[in-house]
Amino acid sequence: MAATALVIISETAARAGVVEGHLPWHPDAGSPPEAVQPGPWQFFSPQEAAAVEALADRIIPPDPQTPGGKDAGCAVFIDRQLAGAYGHRQGLYTKPPFVKGTKQQGPQSAQNPAETYRSALAALDRYCRSKEGGKSWIDLSAERQDELLHGIEDGKVDLEGIDAKSFFDTLLKDMQAAFFADPIYGGNRDMCAWKMIGFPGARYDYRDWVGRHNERYPYPPVSIAGRPDWTPKST
Amino acid sequence: MTRQLPKKDVVIIGLGWTGSIMANELAEEGLDVVAIERGPWRDTATDYPPNYVQDELRYRIRHELFLQPDQTTFTFRNKMDQRALPIRSWGAFMPPNGVGGGGVHWNAETWRFLPSDFVLRTHLTQRYGARFLPTDMTIQDWGITYDELEPHYDRFEYLCGTSGTAGNLKGEIKEGGNPFEGPRSRPYPNPAQQQPFSHTLFAKGARELGYKPFPQPSGNMSQAYTNPLGVRLGPCTYCGFCEWFGCANYSKASPQTTILPVLVRRRNFQVRDQSEVTRINVDSSGKRATGVTFVDTSGTEWEQPADLVILSAYTVFNVQLLLLSGIGKPYDPVANQGVIGRNFTHQTISDVTSFFDPAKFTFNPFIASGSIGMCIDEFNGDNFDHGPHGFVGGGYMGQVQTNGRPIQTTPTPPGTPKWGAKWKQAVRESYQSSLKPGTGVHGSMYSYRDVYLDLDPTYQDRFKRPLMRITMDFHDNELKQNAFLTDKFAEIFQAMGARQVVKEYRKGPYDITDYQTTHLCGGAVMGTDPKTSAINRYLQSWDVPNLFVMGASGFPQNAGYNPTGTLAALAFWSAQAIRSRYLKSPGPLVHA
Repeated sequence: MAATALVIISETAARAGVVEGHLPWHPDAGSPPEAVQPGPWQFFSPQEAAAVEALADRIIPPDPQTPGGKDAGCAVFIDRQLAGAYGHRQGLYTKPPFVKGTKQQGPQSAQNPAETYRSALAALDRYCRSKEGGKSWIDLSAERQDELLHGIEDGKVDLEGIDAKSFFDTLLKDMQAAFFADPIYGGNRDMCAWKMIGFPGARYDYRDWVGRHNERYPYPPVSIAGRPDWTPKST
Repeated sequence: MTRQLPKKDVVIIGLGWTGSIMANELAEEGLDVVAIERGPWRDTATDYPPNYVQDELRYRIRHELFLQPDQTTFTFRNKMDQRALPIRSWGAFMPPNGVGGGGVHWNAETWRFLPSDFVLRTHLTQRYGARFLPTDMTIQDWGITYDELEPHYDRFEYLCGTSGTAGNLKGEIKEGGNPFEGPRSRPYPNPAQQQPFSHTLFAKGARELGYKPFPQPSGNMSQAYTNPLGVRLGPCTYCGFCEWFGCANYSKASPQTTILPVLVRRRNFQVRDQSEVTRINVDSSGKRATGVTFVDTSGTEWEQPADLVILSAYTVFNVQLLLLSGIGKPYDPVANQGVIGRNFTHQTISDVTSFFDPAKFTFNPFIASGSIGMCIDEFNGDNFDHGPHGFVGGGYMGQVQTNGRPIQTTPTPPGTPKWGAKWKQAVRESYQSSLKPGTGVHGSMYSYRDVYLDLDPTYQDRFKRPLMRITMDFHDNELKQNAFLTDKFAEIFQAMGARQVVKEYRKGPYDITDYQTTHLCGGAVMGTDPKTSAINRYLQSWDVPNLFVMGASGFPQNAGYNPTGTLAALAFWSAQAIRSRYLKSPGPLVHA
């Protein structure tokens, strides 16, 4: 197997090693997540970002108790995900040939999610400008946006050059992840989605509560990054 | 150029549950042991500590602790006349990677198989006649009995500190336990875990229907525990980030929390991590393994000679290494000959989601552990008369509240849109008052002539080795079984007072994108006849007697339980045979 000697494995910084004699230990070892920082869009153009924020508010509309997808930061979440490992299918199997198979065989796209979003958002914009009197997606009324999205979901509206229905499935999954993931990733701002359903987040210890039956758990959620009121406000 | 390492007594391929058990047993015997592990060294404090492990996106959605498909994956098709395509992102099952293997991120559901499961073909033929079985079903006896395996189940449960309630103590049926289980020599080492509301409600509903519910045997600690090796585990905190995650509390049995702290301190043991074995080497006779070849992260190829080779990777990788090393005759489903790749199985899983009145029911679904649960076993294995039903097999079923993690677990009633204001409102209303068991109906999958493993003709891994090709579909027997069990399961939720019960039957074709379990089994099965098995009753290769193959790849068919208890017991059983017999006189332990 001469070929194996040429392979350079790049997916991880960790190197092969030998463990013997004692459990390995290094001070400060670990790999905590990197929290998303506010700031400019990293993947989306400003036009794309505005379109995705509008999509976020249709998929998860604001209501009197809970913010919608836009204010929850769902577009920020998706932007950072597309700029990172998810957008580029890091760690996934991406060798050709790409052959369309059965539904049971799973997605076989040659495109990664970053490319899929880019082409789908462009196709959505082209569709609106040609079919909606020259308006762009963000200029449509909420009712018209909903109608269009229902059409895409039901396979009745085709967007040129892309599989619109499959893109919409991806978008729904990503929006739900954005809304419910830990707020360190940019969505679920102020843990608004967790407060909406009563999920306590990262608390990690319910020994006092496992035996308290049919009683609502009363404590507010905690993120991996803590809670805003734990951080002293600078004056 | 391949670099040569000094010879060892034993080389172990893959340091998960069975590799760790075998390494510890053989190191205790005084042998010089090296384990070679494809993935990284992992431990609680550094890789899944309590300050950031509770991250649904990172571990559940993005699969951080699992094998990365770009390292290697499989191709899949339902039928032999289809073109198989690669699994580009994991779906139906989640191959492990790294030290601890699947033991890091399992639920820790720690079951024993039924006595009849080990003599399945004999048992079913005697009870129903040979003609009751489908003609293409290839189930067979294991070559071992429950009674032979019992002491080894016991050792694993005491190693793990399994929490549970005995149902059959030395033949005496005990109230509150599983009355169908085989006799156990002593009680579980720990009492059952405390049960949340939905579980006590399930138990009440099940009892009203005449069943005997019992707490699921759990490798999540109900209390602090010190195991026979002196390793200590802490009490489970019901954190709800168990399966798919590592446990930050040292509360879930894993190689890290039960064996490795002792094993790594042994002077005659070492681990090489981030090193992938690419081949088991055999001498020119083809009947003796001389060691293994592996590649490290720099791309350097190494040869590790050894007297004894233990193959203890994940099911499909065991089969792949045998095929790539030319050990054993590859299975040919057309000719119905050969053994490597034969009798490949998975599980037949389904669920029931139920919706209760939010004004009356609050379940706190996030108060959860991977294997906490109330289960019934009336419809498992051959615990009921299959005569009227026209199928064989079965499974346990239970309300197993594993999580309330909201990306994954926000059920909405049927008819709810998938997005928009109505979706949002339904999520808000249903979260606290709906039940979606993490494990629902956990059915057997029996083996068939056209469900098997071989090497893919097209797709390759990063070393340009052919990927394994999975050919798998559900057969009518399993779909009938599942329809029957799912209906029975749903009746219990009706009895609990649900206002809406949604049955999610398992339907064909088998779908590689839909998570079922990671319980892939078979492909290098144990048995009594080298024509229909790859390994003998001691897990020893028929072809290469200094090679032993651990794990669920040895199961001739899969029972209606999680496999870890059984594959770990088999590792102890095999280790005992090596220690007491093989080392004194290396050679075949069974003469066919």
